[in-house]
Amino acid sequence: MNSEVEAGASSLASRLPLGMRARASLESLGELTRMTGQVFSRAVRPPYGWSALIYHTESLGVRSLPIALLTATFAGLVISLQFGYFLARFGVQYTVGRVVVLTLFRELAPVLTALTVGARIGSGMAAELGAMSVTEQVDAIRALGADPLRKLVVPRVQACLLVMPVLTVFADVVGLCAGALVVRLQYGITLELFFQGALDAVLMNDFISGVVKGAVFGLIIGLVGCFKGLTVQGGTEGVGGATTQTVAITSVTVCLADFFITKLTLFF
Amino acid sequence: MPPARRYAPSSFEFRRPTPGEQLIRFENLVKAFGAKHIYDDVNLDVRAGETMVVMGGSGVGKSVLLKCLIGLMRPDSGRILFEGHDVTNFSEEQFIQVRRHVAMVFQGAALFDSLSVGENVAYPLREHFPELSREELRRRVAEKLELVDLPGIEAMMPADLSGGMKKRVGLARAIATDPEVILWDEPTTGLDPVTTQTINEMINSMKVRLGCTSIVVTHDMVSAFTVGDRMAMLANRHIVAVGTPEEMRRSTVPEVRAFLDARRLELGARGMP
Repeated sequence: MNSEVEAGASSLASRLPLGMRARASLESLGELTRMTGQVFSRAVRPPYGWSALIYHTESLGVRSLPIALLTATFAGLVISLQFGYFLARFGVQYTVGRVVVLTLFRELAPVLTALTVGARIGSGMAAELGAMSVTEQVDAIRALGADPLRKLVVPRVQACLLVMPVLTVFADVVGLCAGALVVRLQYGITLELFFQGALDAVLMNDFISGVVKGAVFGLIIGLVGCFKGLTVQGGTEGVGGATTQTVAITSVTVCLADFFITKLTLFF
Repeated sequence: MPPARRYAPSSFEFRRPTPGEQLIRFENLVKAFGAKHIYDDVNLDVRAGETMVVMGGSGVGKSVLLKCLIGLMRPDSGRILFEGHDVTNFSEEQFIQVRRHVAMVFQGAALFDSLSVGENVAYPLREHFPELSREELRRRVAEKLELVDLPGIEAMMPADLSGGMKKRVGLARAIATDPEVILWDEPTTGLDPVTTQTINEMINSMKVRLGCTSIVVTHDMVSAFTVGDRMAMLANRHIVAVGTPEEMRRSTVPEVRAFLDARRLELGARGMP
């Protein structure tokens, strides 16, 4: 867009009173909802951008693996230490594997992965697409006869949808192993006892619940990151703002979604 | 995001007009961004085969005019006619057909950072002609780069190019599909005088070699008088004057006079005639 005109409109928007800002936020939500519909309709219709999907799956997923695994390792270590300590008070420290596996699979692995990896890839997408928007590359895509949603948004959202559940499963396994090791060293509970307890306690539903959460969180991260990037206004300053907003919005939305998905999955 | 639009009743079919025939018409255009009104009632005709220069100060909405023509922005009211078709309410899908015939060279070139020069130039060809073979793509890319005097740089990345080279690669990309109309958004802004002259010559040579119509948006008066067959002055939310370069030089319209006088003062301050 015309940068000076847009900058003027953007600075005007920041001076709007609270009521009008609330209205602008609602309009933004409406735009995001509409974009979500457009992304879904394009995702199911050919042509499919397989190479772009593979590229983004690699760049968003594989490169996020270290941070996801590091987070899962420390989450497994800490909750195992905590539960081991408190369960010992009641003389049932041998049940620590059961408690840890449920906490990890149902809650900590999907949520912590979404918060850490989500911040990384959500803000990255917002920055990349934001920079493309302010340098008119998104306009250029349209001017050259292509569809920015199909070219830029669909493969990123699909990649997020794919990688987040996979990262969640990795986080489940690594977190559990880290927990088993620390209770072996700290409380002398054998690995066999820990994993046997874990296997006895966990149901397929617990595992699936975490994976479903990962997929929903991935969808949220992908959509919010792309939306904030494509709607950047006000030049490079706007790009900075969009990345910050992406992290804030995805974090809050992930927590909200977590509550409602938990509520839903507890019925099944 | 492109707003949802209703489909116009007819699909778009381009018929190459004869030179001098009216090709583009902006009719009673109104556009605002929030409380800021850009156009109140803008009217402008562009004829086939001519180079129309749209002049005006910063922020008057010169680029918006170009973007409205290819549907990157939508006017609030008024009509845009392209080759007799009312494209104002075209859907995004229909505008893709228009963009096959109307190419835009962006102010900052807007090359895709992640793609090489060759891939950038091939981009519109892949979109509009998916049936082209790899060999044919390569041949057309080389031909267009040759046309902008940058042969053999297909493998370079945009980050490795100078400002003038980026502009020329942007032009090669724009003309890849052999468009009938080229829109130039501030083609010489930020360039040194020698590169500016190269770009001006390129605008003129495109007219001769490709026979295309150009709309050039600029506030560079030297460039405007070098390339323009006709000129229009956008000020105070209207087109305040339209004419040939000679008519504009003699114009008594205050906004035109102010622009010309400011340019004369600038050249005088630099000790130039």
